[in-house]
Amino acid sequence: MSTLLKARIADVFEEPGCDKNQGKSEKERKKGCTAQLAPGAAAGGCAFDGAKIALQPIADVAHLVHGPIACEGNSWDNRHSASSGPQIYRTGFTTDINELDVIYGGEKRLFKSIREILEKYDPPAVFVYQTCVTALIGDDIEAVCQRASEKFGKPIIPVNAPGFAGIKNLGNKLGAEALLDYVIGTVEPEFTTPYDINIIGEYNLVGELWQVKPLLDALGIRILCCMAGDGRYKEIASAHRAKVNMMVCSKSMINIATKMEKRWGIPYFEGSFYGIGDMSDSLRQIARLLVQQGAPDELLGRTERLIAVEEARAYQRIEQYKQRLSGKRVLLITGGVKSWSVVAALQEAGLEIVGTSVKKSTKEDKQKIKEIMGDDAHMIDNMTPREMYNMLRDARADIMLSGGRSQFVALKARMPWLDINQERYHPYAGYEGMVELVSQIDRALSNPVWQQVRMPAPWGDDGETLGAVATSAPQATDQQATRFLSEVAAHALGLVPEEVPA
Amino acid sequence: MAHVVDIKKACAVNPLKMSQPLGASLAFLGLDACMPVMHGSQGCTSFGLVLLVRHFKEAIPLQTTAMNEVTSILGGYDNIEAALLNIRKRAAPHIIAICSTGLTETKGDDVEGYLVTIRKRHPELADTEIVYASTPDYVGGFEDGYRVAVTAIVRTLVKPLPRQTDQVTLLPGSHLSPADITELREIIEAFGLSVIVLPDVSGSLDGHIPPDWRGTTLGGTSLQDIRAAGASALTLAVGEQTREAALALQDIAGTPFEMFDRLTGLEVNDRFLQCLSQLSGRPVPAKYRRQRSQLLDAMLDGHFYTGGIKVAMAAEPDLLLAVGSLLHEMGAELRCCVSTTKSASHALLPAPTVILGDLEDLERGAADCDLIVTHSHGRQAAERLDKPLLRIGFPVFDRVGNAHRCLVGYRGTMALIFEVANLMIDQIKHHHADDWPLSPEALRAAAPVATPTPTGLAVASA
Repeated sequence: MSTLLKARIADVFEEPGCDKNQGKSEKERKKGCTAQLAPGAAAGGCAFDGAKIALQPIADVAHLVHGPIACEGNSWDNRHSASSGPQIYRTGFTTDINELDVIYGGEKRLFKSIREILEKYDPPAVFVYQTCVTALIGDDIEAVCQRASEKFGKPIIPVNAPGFAGIKNLGNKLGAEALLDYVIGTVEPEFTTPYDINIIGEYNLVGELWQVKPLLDALGIRILCCMAGDGRYKEIASAHRAKVNMMVCSKSMINIATKMEKRWGIPYFEGSFYGIGDMSDSLRQIARLLVQQGAPDELLGRTERLIAVEEARAYQRIEQYKQRLSGKRVLLITGGVKSWSVVAALQEAGLEIVGTSVKKSTKEDKQKIKEIMGDDAHMIDNMTPREMYNMLRDARADIMLSGGRSQFVALKARMPWLDINQERYHPYAGYEGMVELVSQIDRALSNPVWQQVRMPAPWGDDGETLGAVATSAPQATDQQATRFLSEVAAHALGLVPEEVPA
Repeated sequence: MAHVVDIKKACAVNPLKMSQPLGASLAFLGLDACMPVMHGSQGCTSFGLVLLVRHFKEAIPLQTTAMNEVTSILGGYDNIEAALLNIRKRAAPHIIAICSTGLTETKGDDVEGYLVTIRKRHPELADTEIVYASTPDYVGGFEDGYRVAVTAIVRTLVKPLPRQTDQVTLLPGSHLSPADITELREIIEAFGLSVIVLPDVSGSLDGHIPPDWRGTTLGGTSLQDIRAAGASALTLAVGEQTREAALALQDIAGTPFEMFDRLTGLEVNDRFLQCLSQLSGRPVPAKYRRQRSQLLDAMLDGHFYTGGIKVAMAAEPDLLLAVGSLLHEMGAELRCCVSTTKSASHALLPAPTVILGDLEDLERGAADCDLIVTHSHGRQAAERLDKPLLRIGFPVFDRVGNAHRCLVGYRGTMALIFEVANLMIDQIKHHHADDWPLSPEALRAAAPVATPTPTGLAVASA
């Protein structure tokens, strides 16, 4: 790994805005966030994956992966980050290096690739991602990008986050560093207003940003740029002129917020769009900070009036589900999304949380969960699939909410499951999104298919009913099974049961 | 007889190809109680895992040696050792199957050497078989990885045994779905033969609900069956990619083999059944004679919609050959064919050229075609060109039921013909009453003359 990259990783680990980091001793902090992974017992993405996730939602640039086919060929086109216009970010570009490149170096191929992309697709910028193999053979993507920028007169941005550098979260941060080093502050916006904000760490999955944007629009607040959901290169390049930064949820890109505060004096706050209370708090915070930065006072009053109207409307719409959902138990296995904001939202609908994972939560997050759920909150640090399966099979939960990777744990236990991670199809942000989430949970729970799939086979060899069968359901014995079959046969033959030959 | 063109682009745009380790992992997933491991950084495994999950809609056991920047430089011995011990402790698989990745191959990890040392140092691993396949990401593609892995399974685990005259080994290519394998097994068993499928994803990835949770593969070829392959009287190899493993079986156990470069289509299935009939000394069962007759009828019904259509296809070599040949036999013209990697299959493809390229090449070649045939990543191109897309191969992540889609045998061939024909029927334009308006001139000419006065006057009044 280059000294440059090493220094940058050390810098990212020092992150003053990360509470979790600041809670560690100095020695521990030096070791950074890369928990040593256990070979043969590890799962999840790598640093390259993290960088790509963080930056790919920038919709109008070409994202070029410099490496062998695995890195892009196996991963492109698998996330639902929506764009309101350009589609080039969905095109997979890779140098697909071969054996000769590994031996002689892939820099020439990379340079040619950049030229081909500019000639054929003419994007405002190209992002070049480093990967393990090209880093290992020593390809200097920074130098190639600099040369290409000079030669072609377009920004070519190196993103130096090879997979072996660490875990996905580190990659998010390294991706953010690339924006800080090469993009933010390089372009002046055409005009500014006292109501300009940036949203950082929001990826517009299934268009969630658009559930929030109308609220901001109504208040006259302009999203100068969103990093990176539905983002545009020029907007991000001019982000340094915003009045306020909002960090959404996960701390994946907190280094952008802290460094923008240092460089351009832009205050930031951490908020969430998930949960009714959280959505309102975020609007308040934005308004408060904007006023503090010089926007007229009247913004605060307008914000409160909007919140009152929207909250009342949302609660009224959730009310219709409350009766059916009250007392239903939810097992929550979340990753990056702050668990407590979803917890609060679900309780608003009368659901009971039997457990929530806190794998990526900070100390404060855990404290908040305790406040909301009480001291007996069942917090799960790291649950194995078998434990999840057993929990569901024993029907200690009625539904599991998680990311796609653990979906089959629920489905194989014949229990309802709802995707709340990045591959999902339904948007859950803002007031709209919470109503949607509750309605999806209701839809999943009330689907008659669960009765169907838990029905034991009449001939009794599907003995494993997974404890999910209602106790009143008839348990098929051999005798019953035979009787059942003879009745079916009788109907089919048009006979009465007595006449069926044994 | 297609001419192969290797596109000289520096940048692959919208890759068709996937990596060797991913193909190898699919092969390993067809072994029972197995834990496949990619020797590389976490992302290598994570990307492959996501694709497999989205295609099969199943939990996929797949592990990583979680290489980091230090172990990448110093070598991955410790990671492999730790991975083997961890996996044995956590999941107790019968087989741990390791494939390398670009990272560890670039470094030059001597995994075979590592395994010898680990075996010596850890007698507790004696009850676990370990298979290793060398599959650098920067060489070949998905199909190559599968080929290397199946060969490695055979070379590591099969030993010669006394000949069983009624037992055959079936080597399915990576383009065969669980349903395809089930279909072939049923056909073979209908001749009174017993069959060992190697590897057998129909046991592990056919979408069933197991009674309990297991960390390893659930079903597939058992270790016992893999070993028993050394007793088979004949190897049936489906797809050029299985030739190497068939040769290895011949080498190790002296088993002769029959190559079937595809089993989609009428004539190839005739040959397949003929072969089984000769081996077993039994006539072709009535069921298949009936299916053959149904297929003939389906071909007649379908050809109206497939005859003369121009097709743009992109797939791994053996699948390209299977589906491309059938379309050709049904009267379609293979206008643009894109493949991922070099293969002897290309020589048999009834198309003028095969491009070793990407989906950008497909999109360009598809401009004047009537049908696009490729995996789910082709949906963007199909949308842009506003043309129907027949999804084939791996990954198909935006459709359910991939495990149960059968494209082999008379029955599978028939299903594919119907699928293509129905797609084309959807494209038939429905006409409306006002689709063919007359020209203004024609209308004027046909208009009734207003008054029977001399022409000059009528013009003046108009």
